[in-house]
Amino acid sequence: MIDVPDLDIAALAPLLLVLGAACIGVLVEAFAPRHVRHPVQVTLALVGTVGALAATLLLALGGHEDGVTAGAALAVDGAALFLQATIAGLGALSILLFAERSLDPAKSAFVASAAVPAGSSRDRELMTAERVQTEVYPLATFAIGGMMLFVAANDLLVMFVALEVLSLPLYLISGMARRRRLLSQEAAVKYFLLGAFASAFFLYGLALVYGATGSVRLSDIREAGLDGGGDVLMVLGLGLLIVGLLFKASVAPFHTWTPDVYQGAPTPVTAFMAACTKVAAFGAILRLLYVAFGTAEWTWRPLIYAVAIVSMIVGAVLGLTQTDLKRMLAYSSVAHAGFLLTGVLGLGAGGTGSGLAATMFYLLAYGLTTLGAFAVLTLVRDGDGEATHLSQWAGLGARSPLTAAVMSLFLLALAGIPLTAGFTGKFAVFRAAIEEGAWPLAVVALVASAVAAFFYLRVIVLMYFSEPVADGPTVGVAGIPTTLVLAITATATLALGILPGAVLDLAEQAARFVG
Amino acid sequence: MPAEGLLAASWLLIALPLAGAAVLLLGGRRTDRWGHLLGTATVAAAFVLAVACTVQLAGTDGRSVDVELFTFISAGELDVTAGLLYDPLSAVFVLLITGVGSLIHVYSIGYMAHDPARRRFFAYLNLFVAAMLLLVLGNSYVALYVGWEGVGLASYLLIAFWYTRPAAATAAKKAFIMNRVGDVGLAIAVFIMFAQLGTTSYAGVHAGVATLAGGTVTAIGLLLLLGACGKSGQFPLQAWLPDAMEGPTPVSALIHAATMVTAGVYLIARSAPVYDETPTARTVVLAVGAVTLLIGAIAGCAYDDIKKVLAYSTVSQIGYMFLAVGLGPAGYVAGLAHLLAHGFFKAGLFLGAGSVMHAMDDQVDMRRFGALWKKLPVTFVTFGLGYLALIGFPFLSGYFTKDAIIEAALDRGDTWGWVLGGVAVLGAGLTAFYMTRLMLMTFFGEARWTDGVHPHESPSVMTAPMVVLAVGSVFSGALLVSVFPLSGWLEPVFGEPAEAEHVVAPAVIGLVVTVVMALGVLAAWLFVGRREVPVTAPVRVSPVTRAARNALYVDTINESLFMRPGQWLTRALVWFDNRGVDGAVNGLAAGLGGSSSRLGRAQNGFVRTYALGMLGGAVMVAGALLAVTAG
Repeated sequence: MIDVPDLDIAALAPLLLVLGAACIGVLVEAFAPRHVRHPVQVTLALVGTVGALAATLLLALGGHEDGVTAGAALAVDGAALFLQATIAGLGALSILLFAERSLDPAKSAFVASAAVPAGSSRDRELMTAERVQTEVYPLATFAIGGMMLFVAANDLLVMFVALEVLSLPLYLISGMARRRRLLSQEAAVKYFLLGAFASAFFLYGLALVYGATGSVRLSDIREAGLDGGGDVLMVLGLGLLIVGLLFKASVAPFHTWTPDVYQGAPTPVTAFMAACTKVAAFGAILRLLYVAFGTAEWTWRPLIYAVAIVSMIVGAVLGLTQTDLKRMLAYSSVAHAGFLLTGVLGLGAGGTGSGLAATMFYLLAYGLTTLGAFAVLTLVRDGDGEATHLSQWAGLGARSPLTAAVMSLFLLALAGIPLTAGFTGKFAVFRAAIEEGAWPLAVVALVASAVAAFFYLRVIVLMYFSEPVADGPTVGVAGIPTTLVLAITATATLALGILPGAVLDLAEQAARFVG
Repeated sequence: MPAEGLLAASWLLIALPLAGAAVLLLGGRRTDRWGHLLGTATVAAAFVLAVACTVQLAGTDGRSVDVELFTFISAGELDVTAGLLYDPLSAVFVLLITGVGSLIHVYSIGYMAHDPARRRFFAYLNLFVAAMLLLVLGNSYVALYVGWEGVGLASYLLIAFWYTRPAAATAAKKAFIMNRVGDVGLAIAVFIMFAQLGTTSYAGVHAGVATLAGGTVTAIGLLLLLGACGKSGQFPLQAWLPDAMEGPTPVSALIHAATMVTAGVYLIARSAPVYDETPTARTVVLAVGAVTLLIGAIAGCAYDDIKKVLAYSTVSQIGYMFLAVGLGPAGYVAGLAHLLAHGFFKAGLFLGAGSVMHAMDDQVDMRRFGALWKKLPVTFVTFGLGYLALIGFPFLSGYFTKDAIIEAALDRGDTWGWVLGGVAVLGAGLTAFYMTRLMLMTFFGEARWTDGVHPHESPSVMTAPMVVLAVGSVFSGALLVSVFPLSGWLEPVFGEPAEAEHVVAPAVIGLVVTVVMALGVLAAWLFVGRREVPVTAPVRVSPVTRAARNALYVDTINESLFMRPGQWLTRALVWFDNRGVDGAVNGLAAGLGGSSSRLGRAQNGFVRTYALGMLGGAVMVAGALLAVTAG
């Protein structure tokens, strides 16, 4: 007979809301007539994510006590709530991008019927159909639920389950672009294969750690680690777990999927992955390193140090020669993963440093900015869908000043120019790293920032100081959802740059793990 | 003591013209029709307020009022409160600036009537008045510095008002750059004050200056002097002032004669407690004044451009003022009295020159004037009175104020006193010579006008201010010296005037100066008045004349000492930037781009390659962790 564990329903409410919405979404697909599915699915997904955001905020502001629930499988603490709120908020914005109906002539960025082979006559027929594969909404909602579970997982098995819950839907929706379907499907298959490979690493690591400690619970692992510091099994397990997580966070050298998948996936999905997956992956890395291996800090520190440097350099240098904006932003994401790792290094002995708060702030700032940047990409289009080649953006500032200005804002924020969220975030993580004595890393980070600034600023130069190309792309008139996303992300990018105090304080207060 | 009543509102003095400038600049063309009237009204209102404030100040105990405004800078140890200090010294300047400023605004309504950019002109003029008032009203060196830079900006904008003329643009740049040299001195002086005393307010600095080491005080004094030299066109930074005459004539009258260029004198007078502690710096002030006095007077003798002669005359007269304030307590009042009188007659002279130019289609070459007294009677009379006041004709204003300076110099009683007195007397003779030459060439003799010029008297909106200033030129000296003695008014600032023991009786000095002045006039008549004036300047002239025409080669010296080496340095830096810095940067960029392409080859699109890469990474991670643990 299995005992039913204690369930703190209030603390689980955010998760239950999102996963519940996803389950109802599946039922809607099965039973609702086709013509009402799109509005119903969008509403459901938004209710689930915004509800989850509200629930986490209520829990945090209501002073919910830190603790574990569901048989200690889940942690409910400041960091978990902050990251869950971030994921839910960014997820809601992503759903809005998914729901945009006025940019593509066929009314959606998603394919009409994913099962129809690309290039077949049926596919050509459906090309202009206003039908949409509305399963993307419950799939994305499941992914959001998985991510929120991922950052709260208090044991390695739950973490692994969450990893799969968030990954599988992403593999699927990556392949559901309406245009350039083969590229999209190729991206999905690559992501799936490499993701499976990475999951295997994680699972193997889990097994080794269990072998070494006899437990999958993070706090137990730490207890065990106290006496068996030099255990080979334990250290190997830690390494493989980290590899699995670094893959999801697109940290070099485990980033190779990123450019191909970012480029092939439908742009709203890319935005979703760039923003939310990053938050979830770093949430898990922070929890794993802090809660399970916090006492073995000197074991993993050199490793994180090295991959941070590699990631910053690879992202910044490879970004230089990209000619496709989505690929460029993918390498930017790799570089930013490196910057985030400097914040992880600022965790300090026993988590006393300011690295946790800094990294959480950076995740929020980067998520908002990168989401906004990808949202702008969906606006600039030619006859063949989105115009993402750099040369097509020449002279955009003259033809569409507002779009160019908003894009410039996001690019400046990604480059970390003061008065934008990017600067505040970088300042916070670099300071945390320097306080923990990792100043050489901060120097490398600054150099990498300077190199990366080149490719961000090049786009701005191209938009404002180049002659417009003949028969260049048109800038679509954004519908309400995209406009809303752009307004929120642009305002937040500026606000977190000019008056970051309140949010920094919030991150500071939330910077605590249980266990 | 804290301000009450009207004095509490003395910030309005600055705010009014500043608001005028803002309305005119931001309002754009909508304000074209009435902009000049608004500009004039704000300054006139400021003048009325200034009179009222000064009357109230006269009835206040101690005649010094602090007006606290707000915290300007608060950073760590540095705490600068923005506040105003209304005392007899600032009151004198405020009255001069707003009074003469109002008259010149009125004059400009007529002078700039046909200029399409008249509104912009009044906006800049208002900006200048606001900045100048801040300069003299601020209660700290930082507030003074803000005003100092403000007037520098306004001066730059107004010299280059006709910026399409290359000469005007160049002159504006020259003025700005030479002022920068001085401003750096002032800025460093303020830094030293803060570093050594932790405050920049007049009260704090003047109270604390006695505690400083002698070298520090001398450094502060010399640096303040450098700033004063830049702003007031004193040796060796005087060359910008004559070139600044490229600006419209009302600008020359207000900024480059009556007010801004006297800011240096204000600075040194205001810093009297600093100079009390440093005889060295005070002696340098004296030397600068004496040298400039002579350079200006000599150069003034040779120029044919009416405005440049007046400009060199200004340089020379400010030299007198520097000489006076360099004399210490004995000279402050004399210098300031001369400053006020000079404000009247030099502004009047410039307005007269503007009226002549107005009549002669903007001709400035005196060789093309002559016989204008009949055509321009009002201009002639007012200009003539200004002329007499300037050369020190008995019982006109210059007579009283210049004699007081010479007296104060001789009262030193030592050899230096005699040398300085001699220089000042010699300067008086030279002044009489060049001004008489100017009068003769402009108003008397044959008409040498260019064809098609029909001189006509200016409209009354221009002549009225000239008349007012002429009245001031006649009476201000007597008023300031005997009727309302300035020494009594300024007593709270400079202390009670010591009863001087006269080395030479004032009457004798007056007589000698008058004789020297008469000799100057006579010489001018002999050299210029008797002969026919050639319409082109003679080429074969004595080396002395040639040197004077080149302003004693100071420009040439400046150019070869500073400009040429500066240009060489610039060229060398450009070369280094192109080859060295750019080479390094471009090389680095090329290197990064190359490594980017090479690294990018690993991104070949095959999942098997990617998976291999991940495996390699994982092996390295595991290996590194094991190595760390084992080691």
